[in-house]
Amino acid sequence: MILQLKLLFKNAFRRKFRAFLTILSVTVALLAFGLLQTFIDAWYAGAEASSARRLVCRNSISLTFPLPLAYRDKIRQIEGVEAITYGSWFGGIYIEEKNFFANFAIEPHGYFRLYDYKIPAEQKERFLRDRRSAVAGRRLVERFGWRIGDIITLRGTIFPGNWEFVLAGIYSRGTVDLDESQFFFHWDYLNQALKKIMPHRADMVDFYIIGVSRADLTTEVAQAIDQTFKNSLAETLTETERSFQLSFVTMSEAIIKAIQLISLVVILIIMAVAANTMAMSVRERTGEWAVLKTLGFGPRKIIVLILAESLIIALAGCIIATALTFPMVSTFGRTLRNYLPIFRLKREIFYFYLAASFLVGVVAAIIPACRAARVPIAEALRRIA
Amino acid sequence: MEQPPLIVEIKDLSKSYHRNSQTISVLQHISLEIEAGEFLALMGPSGSGKSTLLNLIAGIDRPDSGTVRVGGVDIALLSEAQLARWRAANVGFIFQFYNLIPVLTAFENIELPLLLTRLSRQERRKHVETALHLVNLFDRKDHYPGQLSGGEQQRVAIARAIITDPTIIVADEPTGDLDRISAEEVLTLMDRLNRQLGKTIIMVTHDPRAADKARLIRHLEKGLLQ
Repeated sequence: MILQLKLLFKNAFRRKFRAFLTILSVTVALLAFGLLQTFIDAWYAGAEASSARRLVCRNSISLTFPLPLAYRDKIRQIEGVEAITYGSWFGGIYIEEKNFFANFAIEPHGYFRLYDYKIPAEQKERFLRDRRSAVAGRRLVERFGWRIGDIITLRGTIFPGNWEFVLAGIYSRGTVDLDESQFFFHWDYLNQALKKIMPHRADMVDFYIIGVSRADLTTEVAQAIDQTFKNSLAETLTETERSFQLSFVTMSEAIIKAIQLISLVVILIIMAVAANTMAMSVRERTGEWAVLKTLGFGPRKIIVLILAESLIIALAGCIIATALTFPMVSTFGRTLRNYLPIFRLKREIFYFYLAASFLVGVVAAIIPACRAARVPIAEALRRIA
Repeated sequence: MEQPPLIVEIKDLSKSYHRNSQTISVLQHISLEIEAGEFLALMGPSGSGKSTLLNLIAGIDRPDSGTVRVGGVDIALLSEAQLARWRAANVGFIFQFYNLIPVLTAFENIELPLLLTRLSRQERRKHVETALHLVNLFDRKDHYPGQLSGGEQQRVAIARAIITDPTIIVADEPTGDLDRISAEEVLTLMDRLNRQLGKTIIMVTHDPRAADKARLIRHLEKGLLQ
């Protein structure tokens, strides 16, 4: 066994520079795939984190058209509705535009009931008590170096003026993968101010989030809500949270599909590169295969030797790619955190690495291996004589 | 005195090659019998078919017609996989250009055919060390082929050829790439294998000095055995 392994490794790395380049190409391809896939996952992260028991209700014309707060009580009465909260997109800017992060005015009691945010009890209590307070995600706090008690001023873009908030709490994700870079404050605080500065926007919300008692009731409840407000001044469109999240993503679906396709094409190109390398490597050792066959190594053993050699190269690429994926994703995640807050590696990526490198190894070597196994010994020996 | 048994029986053997649309007849209706323990030299000019005949006896080529029985087995009837197993157990090869695996040491090159046996690592080691002592290369066992002279490489190849204790040893121009002294060493070694260990050796050569070591010389001329 040791001699076979030595023979395999020595053969695999006989031409060190060529082996290095092939390993490098496999590594780069897998890294590119891993990064692109993580990017796509990050794109869909919102939809992935959505619950099957949550509905989002918004104005049927567009999300930019608000709904009356009065809908809340009517929705609550619909059978199957377990919890309800509401909120508005605030769209405030912190110091300058490049500091973008999502900020919402929310009704906190219902919101914290529907979402699994982890906030220390005393911070949560302080937030619920003080209408001017806000909570921010852990990553957002880290990004700007905020501390509890800090006054954070947002410049309104939809709602004019400078809005001051006291940071009362820092949330982190609970059991599900929630975005830790958002900023929430009291909808009441916003509404109170709007009554003075923009009375026509007062008592209006951008969306309702509804918790349904059973997942199988979502369609029924959504239809019931929309039916309730049919022919009203603000008709509603109620959909599952996942559909709601995906409606943002689908706008760029073509780009995502293109990225997926590119990542697969990269793998195919690498297969061709590796196949070319293996073909060259096997071909230049035709004489050695003939000698091994002469010594009694049967066609199957020759195929196994060549496949194993190819797999060593491909799996070496896989191991290096796996080791480099963590720092690379971490670096990209840091760079893109303002746009893709959930930029996290999935375990499935590594299963894919393993499967792809195995496939590359086998596909690259199968034809040269079969040829080497079939080549007549006498002819091959004549060639090297 | 009792006649030694026949180890090789060739009857009416013919072989031709096809190049483009041409058919080149290499061997024509060859019949040959070789006794166990024989040291046979096949001589003849280039292209006379001696290497082809050797390849057919060793089971690395297939005849167009006729039979080749080695140790009682009609090897033309064996499948590729069966033939590979048969070669591993019954034939030791010595090539003109040694054909050692360059990435393996002398020891490992000799051990290579034993990987196809059921011997344990310890047993393999003992066998290889014995073979290395026999070819007087024990002190070079960890050297790679590139670090050995031509004569030493050929002695490693001989050790590899005998390591499985094969029925026959076939040698194709074993001294063809060696200087006179190295060639003499190799031939002396082959002579020892034949006389002391009783190995049957079939050697292709066009070197009369090499052929002198053999006990029987047969000539091939234009595919016909003289």
